[in-house]
Amino acid sequence: MDFDLTDEQRLLKDSVDRLIADQYQFEQRKKYLAQPDGWSREAWQQFAELGLLGLPFAEQFGGFGGGPVETMIVMEAFGRGLVLEPYFATVILGGGLLRHAATQAQQQALIPEVAQGKLKLAFAHVERQSRYDLADVATTARRDGAAWVLDGAKSVVLHGDCADRLLVTARTAGDRRDRAGIGLFLVDPSASGVTRRGYPTQDGLRAAELTLSGVCVSAGDILGDPGAALPVIEHVADEAIAALCAEAVGTMQVMHETTLEYLKTRQQFGRPIGQFQVLQHRSVDMLVALEQARSMAMFAAVMAAEENATERRRAMAAAKVQIGRSGKHIGQEAIQLHGGIGMTMEYKVGHYFKRMTMIDMLFGDADSHLATLARLGGLFGKTKAA
Amino acid sequence: MDLNFTAEELAFREEARHFFRTEIPQSIRDKVAEGERLTKDDMVTSQRTLNARGWATVNWPVAWGGQSWSPVQIYLYQDEMQQANVPTPIGFNVTMVGPVIAQFGNDEQKQQFLPKTANAEIFWCQGFSEPGAGSDLASLRTRAERKGDKYIINGQKIWTTLAQYADWIFCLVRTDPTAKKQEGISFILVDMKTPGITVRPIVTIDGGREVNEVFFDNVEVPAENLVGQENKGWDYAKFLLGNERTGIARVGASKAKIARIKELASLERVGDQPMIDNPRFREKLAAVEIELKALEMTQLRVVADERTREKGRPNPASSILKLKGSQIQQQLTELVMEVVGPYALPYQRDFDGRNEPVIGPDYATEAAPMYFNYRKVSIYGGSNEIQRNIIAKAILGL
Repeated sequence: MDFDLTDEQRLLKDSVDRLIADQYQFEQRKKYLAQPDGWSREAWQQFAELGLLGLPFAEQFGGFGGGPVETMIVMEAFGRGLVLEPYFATVILGGGLLRHAATQAQQQALIPEVAQGKLKLAFAHVERQSRYDLADVATTARRDGAAWVLDGAKSVVLHGDCADRLLVTARTAGDRRDRAGIGLFLVDPSASGVTRRGYPTQDGLRAAELTLSGVCVSAGDILGDPGAALPVIEHVADEAIAALCAEAVGTMQVMHETTLEYLKTRQQFGRPIGQFQVLQHRSVDMLVALEQARSMAMFAAVMAAEENATERRRAMAAAKVQIGRSGKHIGQEAIQLHGGIGMTMEYKVGHYFKRMTMIDMLFGDADSHLATLARLGGLFGKTKAA
Repeated sequence: MDLNFTAEELAFREEARHFFRTEIPQSIRDKVAEGERLTKDDMVTSQRTLNARGWATVNWPVAWGGQSWSPVQIYLYQDEMQQANVPTPIGFNVTMVGPVIAQFGNDEQKQQFLPKTANAEIFWCQGFSEPGAGSDLASLRTRAERKGDKYIINGQKIWTTLAQYADWIFCLVRTDPTAKKQEGISFILVDMKTPGITVRPIVTIDGGREVNEVFFDNVEVPAENLVGQENKGWDYAKFLLGNERTGIARVGASKAKIARIKELASLERVGDQPMIDNPRFREKLAAVEIELKALEMTQLRVVADERTREKGRPNPASSILKLKGSQIQQQLTELVMEVVGPYALPYQRDFDGRNEPVIGPDYATEAAPMYFNYRKVSIYGGSNEIQRNIIAKAILGL
């Protein structure tokens, strides 16, 4: 039992920490945000050069064979920098689906492109009615010879505006919320019948609304079994949750540190406000929330590789609840303890608060995961699943 | 990062689990599981069983009966002991006075006290708090005046847990009233049978008589009972209070309590279903389980880190263990009370044999008393507000 990083992991951490410290100061980030994509193509290329875009992929496809701990290291640093680039969409979500569902030939064709920064991906799954239910898919895929024809609409597709390829879920059989009958399709956004509308999200990142109207997908662009993609989607969602937990810890840490610094420097009533006990105690509670969240992000990273889907699910649900609650607490307190300055767009803490808030709304909020964990019987002792 | 224990550690855990569950009497462990009060005899029996194996004082120097265990072994020992509902070795003996005597006492004191302390042949109590010295402990006023080869002690201690069982009391006393308040304090050992000592019980809100007032009226104590140097007692007290860092989270005990709550909630019914199937109750319980899992992971981080951290520099994460651990223990007592519902009401903890036989299910009798009693865990050993003061200063630099 240890929490140590290996030498390779330590090197990775040093280089990604340095990247964020050098390239992702708050003022630099503002410049990236102002670019046409809403992020920096130069930064993206740097990620590729550092090997970050190929991190979780097998070496045979130009990757580095990293696991969830490597992802945790990168995402925590990205959380500290509030990274804008489509890393989560491309590498964690899109890349995860390729790793788990694509054939050798498909991986050979796509993963090297991803690793080199030439191919950006997006996961088009959420629909107007689906909320956080991964099985709720109304978009349809109808067989047409060897090809498939897609009809429907997808919402809040993270970085769907800039993606070169979309990974679209569609129902090939069954009723709207059936677990069986979901397929996963690679769609070229310039294909006939695809329209997309890109937009900025609350946290400064980007997303797109997508409509699919008679979109033809060839047989070679189906990922895995067209009737049984849900287990893969769930596995990738669990990996995504572990990654988001790590990113959230990075954002929480900055909010905590920034607030602490402010308490030590801001003078009122003739002294630094950090001398007031009421504020001291509140910042201690922020620290407790941060350490509890960090512990659960580590737990999530270790459990993301768990093969038993139920055990993995329990762990991710628990971690996402902890992250959601700690994040809300730390974020709200960070704003409150800063007072007026915390409310402004020109000061950084509010931007972290916004990203943290949006992380809770991705892949299930704290309440939805609490319900899941309760249904599964919790974490300790013996309880039957309900 | 690897959350798996080594084969040796797993074997040790099995050994500990087997020992705790076979050698410590079931009747005693059942009382702990249900939160019933232990008799002195229960505590002494359990401690002597542990001590016979060398497992009562694992944190002591090896020369005096401690174990040279790794932090992981100590963690597993505590976790298994708590999960098996084994009474924690008498804290006053094992985590408080024993290590102080072993570290700062002279050879005669070590010979005289340590073996008997380990085997609970001496039952200790702690004379620290006073009516005017609670969170501000250093303002204590109980006076010890040197007269020849004796100290004459006058004053009062309060919140003295289990003084009614105690053979000896270790006290902080003021030996130099002219010095700065932390610098005039000494650490002294007093035989409870000495003339001039009066113990008066304090009944707490759970109906129990766990704590007492102890009055000292011209109590004559041989000067050789002073531990270490005169006026250095505050240093020894800080050493004592900083001794236990991880066990204080009581993660194992809370795991056992959750398992018990799940059993009880499947016996109780809400409408036409067992309470454990009630989604709202399941969510409340799951919320506490998540906090506990996070605390367990935090504790493991502290344990793993102790292997490499230099002595005397605690991990910042360790300071949150008591804060969070106490909150979780309290939440769980609330849930037990919620499970037993109206049978929390009958007042059954009593020393006059009232309400015998028990009203309602056996397991309901301690629900409310335990809830009331456990309000103490965020107060004793430095209240949670004092803990926050310490963290703010020592870790956050405020």
